[in-house]
Amino acid sequence: MGLDIVNVELFSLILFLGAIFAGMLGALTGLGGGVVVIPLLTLGFGVDMRYAIGAALVTSIATSSGAAAAYIKERITNVRIGMFLEVATTTGAVAGALVAIYLPTNIIAILFSCVLIFSAAMSLRKKNQVIDYAAKGDPMGVRLKLNSSYPTKQGEVSYNVRRVWGGYLLMSLAGIISGILGIGSGALKVLAMDTMMKIPFKVSTTTSNFMVGVTTAASAVLYLQRGYIDPGLAFPIVVGVLIGAFFGSKILMKANVHTLRLIFFVVVSFLAVQMMYNGITGKL
Amino acid sequence: MKSDNKQQLSASGSHSIFSKEYWSQRDMEMYVGKLLRYGVMTACAITLLGGIIYIFQGNGTIPNYKPMPGGHNAFVGVQHYLRDISTIIPRILHFDGAAIIQFGVIVLIATPILRVAFSVFAFLVEKDYLYVGITLLVLLIIFANMFFGLH
Repeated sequence: MGLDIVNVELFSLILFLGAIFAGMLGALTGLGGGVVVIPLLTLGFGVDMRYAIGAALVTSIATSSGAAAAYIKERITNVRIGMFLEVATTTGAVAGALVAIYLPTNIIAILFSCVLIFSAAMSLRKKNQVIDYAAKGDPMGVRLKLNSSYPTKQGEVSYNVRRVWGGYLLMSLAGIISGILGIGSGALKVLAMDTMMKIPFKVSTTTSNFMVGVTTAASAVLYLQRGYIDPGLAFPIVVGVLIGAFFGSKILMKANVHTLRLIFFVVVSFLAVQMMYNGITGKL
Repeated sequence: MKSDNKQQLSASGSHSIFSKEYWSQRDMEMYVGKLLRYGVMTACAITLLGGIIYIFQGNGTIPNYKPMPGGHNAFVGVQHYLRDISTIIPRILHFDGAAIIQFGVIVLIATPILRVAFSVFAFLVEKDYLYVGITLLVLLIIFANMFFGLH
């Protein structure tokens, strides 16, 4: 197995490089850390899934904070949308964790992976559509002060949020699923905001990163106390992800949205395949 | 001086800390941005330092991360002193690399929480009580989950 051949310096270096990649990807797509880090550790090195989950949690927080730290005054993330939807995700996560005991986790994983691929494909189709983000939105969006604008190369773009309660429901579902499976919340957050609420893609990804950081910080404390977070794994990952997310966030500002959607689709498909594999082989 | 009357100036001509004027002179968003940046850099520096010491203190081999035979219940996890802040801090003073890394992780975990706490304050200053409520609700759910999850 991988762990027997490498020494600690090489292992840390490989993790470090993987972490930079994970951080960069996370900053660009709004996904957390699990997608890169978990298979790298479990499949690449045969590490126990629990250490891998601990490492993924650390990755998610580092991605969230590293991406945010790239700008002193970053005006893309919509804190109100994030906080409002966080109510849905956190309550969903609690419900999911409670219900998880009674459910066949592997079947849910397989279903979830199908949903992911389908919705990611839907998101990709939109890359050829021109969406008028400033069109009249949901009145609830006005009431909740969710509408805003964000800076682009073409200047400030306004957007109005659609289908607020649809988005809220979808976020609750995202929360429940991540409560049951433990991962995948970032993907659903971005999809809910982008597809359901018609929020500009970059706002969706940055706001998702913000949200993921908040919820993950809570679980991280628990996992730390259960001994899932190992310092030897944490150290290359924290440093690597922070660096990757910082630069990924800088790139995000200038990136072409179509390219971002494509990257998102590829990464989410990879996540879905992983999840299907884990579901079928019974690892979840 | 009443702290909720933002029009009133104190004798020295300064505004209350809860007034928009005090903060707009100093730009709230910039504070959050700087807070986050310093938090991240601190966590990074501590973890990096701890990592270097950790590698020096080790003997080149990797700890046993492999799954134990015996399945789910056989998981041992990291050493107990590395799991709680009260046991980590004394070891930092002894230059225990692993403890320093864990402390860096704790600082990292604190950054999004501090960011949200600062948001509550920012909403308060903007008199956006709806969002003060929503944010506190989220924090409540998270901490309740954390607290009850421990038992």
